[in-house]
Amino acid sequence: MPILEGKKVTKYFGGLAALYQVDFDINPGEVVGLIGPNGAGKTTLFNLISGFLPITAGEIRYKGKKINGLNPNQICRQGVARTFQSTKLFAGMTVFENVLAASLFGSKRTVSIPEAESETLELLEFVDLLSLRTMLAKDLPIAYQKRLEVARALATKPDLLMLDEVMAGLNPVEVVEAMGLVAKIRDRGITIFMIEHVMKAIMEVCDRIIVLHHGNKIAEGKPEDVANSPKVIEIYLGEQTHARSQ
Amino acid sequence: MEGFNVITKKHFIVGGIFLILILLFLMPFYAKPYLVISLTNILMYIILTVSWVIFSGPTHYISLASAAFFGVGIYTSALLGKTLPLTVVVVTGGFASFILAFFIGLLTLRLRGMYFIIFTFSISELIRHSLLWWETNVTGTVGRWVVMVSHNTVYYIILTIFMITFIIAYIIRRSRVGLALRCIGEQEEAAIHIGINSTLIKTFTFAISALFMGSTGAIMATRWTYIDPRIAFDPHLSFMPVLMAIFGGTIHLYGPLLGATIFAYLEEILTTKFPYYYMLLFGAILIVVILFLPHGLFGMIQKRLKGGPK
Amino acid sequence: MFETILNIIIAGLIMGGIYALIAVGLSLQYGVGRVLNISHGEFIMIGAFATWSLYTLLGISPLLSLIICGPFLFFLGFIIHRTLFQYLRGKSESMGAFADSSLLASFGLLFIIQNIALLIWKADLRGYSYLNSPVNILGAIFTANRIVALFFAVIISLVFYLFLSHTRMGKAIRASAEDPMIAQVMGVNIHRMLAICFGLGALMAGFAGPLISMMYEIQPTMGIEYTIIAIIVVVLGGLGSITGSLIGGFSLGLIGSIVTYFNPGLSLIAYYVIFILLLLIRPTGILGK
Repeated sequence: MPILEGKKVTKYFGGLAALYQVDFDINPGEVVGLIGPNGAGKTTLFNLISGFLPITAGEIRYKGKKINGLNPNQICRQGVARTFQSTKLFAGMTVFENVLAASLFGSKRTVSIPEAESETLELLEFVDLLSLRTMLAKDLPIAYQKRLEVARALATKPDLLMLDEVMAGLNPVEVVEAMGLVAKIRDRGITIFMIEHVMKAIMEVCDRIIVLHHGNKIAEGKPEDVANSPKVIEIYLGEQTHARSQ
Repeated sequence: MEGFNVITKKHFIVGGIFLILILLFLMPFYAKPYLVISLTNILMYIILTVSWVIFSGPTHYISLASAAFFGVGIYTSALLGKTLPLTVVVVTGGFASFILAFFIGLLTLRLRGMYFIIFTFSISELIRHSLLWWETNVTGTVGRWVVMVSHNTVYYIILTIFMITFIIAYIIRRSRVGLALRCIGEQEEAAIHIGINSTLIKTFTFAISALFMGSTGAIMATRWTYIDPRIAFDPHLSFMPVLMAIFGGTIHLYGPLLGATIFAYLEEILTTKFPYYYMLLFGAILIVVILFLPHGLFGMIQKRLKGGPK
Repeated sequence: MFETILNIIIAGLIMGGIYALIAVGLSLQYGVGRVLNISHGEFIMIGAFATWSLYTLLGISPLLSLIICGPFLFFLGFIIHRTLFQYLRGKSESMGAFADSSLLASFGLLFIIQNIALLIWKADLRGYSYLNSPVNILGAIFTANRIVALFFAVIISLVFYLFLSHTRMGKAIRASAEDPMIAQVMGVNIHRMLAICFGLGALMAGFAGPLISMMYEIQPTMGIEYTIIAIIVVVLGGLGSITGSLIGGFSLGLIGSIVTYFNPGLSLIAYYVIFILLLLIRPTGILGK
């Protein structure tokens, strides 16, 4: 059974359809990419899944259960976590506290403080931020901020992690590191749904890619197939170029 | 050795606090009555400010409804004081405010920033004006008399409320609820996404802070003996805790303690002879603090003691 | 019956005119400058008391005071913004932090201005009579000063509206309200623009004060009630919309007049109830986006 399913997902802002009858599903253990030009509706889709915005029509199911209509905090505790396009860290709090909070509140059962503290340390180690745990989040460079946001999301013990442009603003070295981190997360058994503009990462890391354009799903499939699809090339990359040659 | 120093310092602080508390408890025995009365007023402001900080400090939701909660406590006293024992009245005043705050919280805590500030102020003023209109036009008598209680009794009750308020504020701050409140204040959208039920936590904390304000109102009514809607719901009591907290600093609980003590004391000595100068001074100090002391007076003191930022 | 209705309508417009002016003022300060100026009413009070003093001590007509108080308060507002609020804006880490600190700073201003006025004029009510003779409009009777106040309120609103829609400065102001960054890119000196808008807000207060003093008795503590009404109208009309403030002001005035007809003490309560319902149901206002 897919871990996440969307059926005819539609979102209107006033008279404008940001998403129109988008169907998708994500299977457990997959790494699925979500791409499309700016304004295609990618972050909107994430906002609908995470419960931040109400859905206009359609249905979203997580592990078979309908989740559209629930509050974000409920959806989080069910096991869906996300990061944000522009990081929404708790800027004035330390790296440690950022993750600790998520560990304490993010799971269905109550977690004791000592348990949460050791989980936090383990996660900070996992994303390689342990030595910076007493720094304030706002003082971190951007690459570390992104990693912190990932650690925070992981602390809620998700089975599905949604990454929103986690590589935006990173230099090539940092992109490679981030790709490594995504692989490590996948090895932990967590399903990943990621919005990305960095093509190299998407092509190498994803099992499948979904392509949105003006709120519609226009293509879906393996990275090579999507990269070679004339529809995708036309709307995304310009008529004469292939994704591969990027 | 380092370990030894730390233990001694903590003992020193705890010992100091104990000493102050003992002195405070024994005040009516060695101090003149007017001192006890002054201290009662100062403690009132301290409780209002510390309770205000419980919710508004970490979340940055600036509530201007303190007067409403205080006033509900006052009216509880006026209505029930003749029929129920004093402690029951005080507790009931607290709970009446708790319920009001809970209700307001559920209604409005989806309003943020400016809207929340204006809304809380409007609710407080609406209650004040409505009650005044009701008493003027419907019941015909404005104001009520409250059962009088001895100065010392009032003092002890206020002192008790103060201690409970401070302890609860401290516990909340150090608990996971306190952490959640800070997350909400830093970045509410993210807080919701990591599993924090922000509506429930905000509403509950808001109501707890109102509880202390309400019980304080209930006991202070017995000091003032005559109350009417203008006195009970005076917006001054909404503004002052905010300004005292900002002045003192809201990051640690000592901030509101310091800010309220200084300003309440200033009010005590200036308000009879120079009420306008006092408020003028307050306004000027407020601006100075906003401009140059973003973490309040206590924040500045902390910085000096530690010799540098953080 | 007709006279009663006319009476209610004209009284509503008179009050509404004042509300519209003060709301436009606050809207400029908040919409562009992002400062919720709680001390707005104190500027109105300064205008009112300056007019009273000029009239009772020097015999200067309140209408002349309009030309004196308006610009004076414009400059006062301009300087206060250029110094206090712009310094705060520079120091604030975020717009949210600036919103909070500017609100608190304006509290400080409120206390300072109000208490200086109390020290000078004491807490008593003061008034004067000017153009007191009754005027008969189709059966409804008003004192001349009220009709004059309404006239000036409407003229000022109209002139200002035309200023905003047809002059270069006006367009710059609207651009800055819409999107300060783009406005800056298009050549608007945003620092000066913000201070000018704040000053213009104070200018409106400087016009409202004298007009109010012509019609009512005044006291140094009068400010807060006008600030609240201004806030209610601004939210009613939609934050940032000048037209909204104009329409909202006149509308609220009419509502107040109707409520006052049935029960004089209830108008302020009615305003609060409307306001609270608005905040709960439609915080963007009737005309807001």
